Amino acid sequence: MSALSNVVRSAKETGKVSTLVDAIPYLRFLGISMDTASGALIGKMAYSDALIGNASLPALHGGAIGALLESTAIFQALWESETIVLPKIVTITVDFLRSGRPVDTFARGVFTKEGRRVVNVSVEAWQEDPQRPIARANAIFLVEPIEA
Amino acid sequence: MPSEPDPPAPDADSRQIARLVKNLARYVPHNAALGIHFVSMAEGRVTLALPYDEKLVGNPLTGVVHGGAITALLDGACGLAVFVELGEPTPIATLDLRIDYLRPASPGQAVHARAECFKLTRNVAFVRCEAFHAGGEADLVAVANGTFIVFRGRAITGSEKLP
Repeated sequence: MSALSNVVRSAKETGKVSTLVDAIPYLRFLGISMDTASGALIGKMAYSDALIGNASLPALHGGAIGALLESTAIFQALWESETIVLPKIVTITVDFLRSGRPVDTFARGVFTKEGRRVVNVSVEAWQEDPQRPIARANAIFLVEPIEA
Repeated sequence: MPSEPDPPAPDADSRQIARLVKNLARYVPHNAALGIHFVSMAEGRVTLALPYDEKLVGNPLTGVVHGGAITALLDGACGLAVFVELGEPTPIATLDLRIDYLRPASPGQAVHARAECFKLTRNVAFVRCEAFHAGGEADLVAVANGTFIVFRGRAITGSEKLP
């Protein structure tokens, strides 16, 4: 049992995912947090200038939006599947729907399928209005089931 | 027998594109924050590099870089490949990007991404991209396919997102 698995297990048991978020350097670097207060898992990427992909608009970099979508999908997979190991991403397809403005961005995932080895999560990102997503993605992960 | 014409000198547009590609690779704020930089541009292909850094780690247990950092690298390389194919500064925006993660990037090593725009229509550019470690091009880390919308006839400082 790795220390990270303990963090994952504790996050799942207590419903506090912030310890796990804090354990992942890239999420800290991008300013990504996860909130479960509403009962649903919501990812948030706090705006910072380092996220900009086009300074003249300005607009967020597609890679930053992709990272929020992927991270939220990982946490959704972790949240709803039996695994206590970080899911391994196999493939992700991102549709960019609107330019990301320089404000906070949110994301939520829908766990669409779980097999023994594979989980499939669709996830949407928005800014002010959840009804107007700026991007959406479908991601497939490999998970390790807990040994009986 | 007519002699072969001299090869054309690089025109103003192609010099402008080369400068634009190098500048975007380095000065786009998110690229700069991640340490992404220009490596080479040859035969329509653009190669960028993402140096390994602790802050990019997605799994602290293994030290493997987060997929999101790879996404930023691939998206950036694909966009620059479209500029090269266009041959003149034109606003573009990513429509979609599919990334297959073939294997985890090796901790401690830079990831290179080489992108090529293989089809350009009036409105849409189709791009593919491969990510690998320097010297290990046979053992790909990731592959991506992307489509971009091309806003012909508009200035580069228009109202669209650049990669």
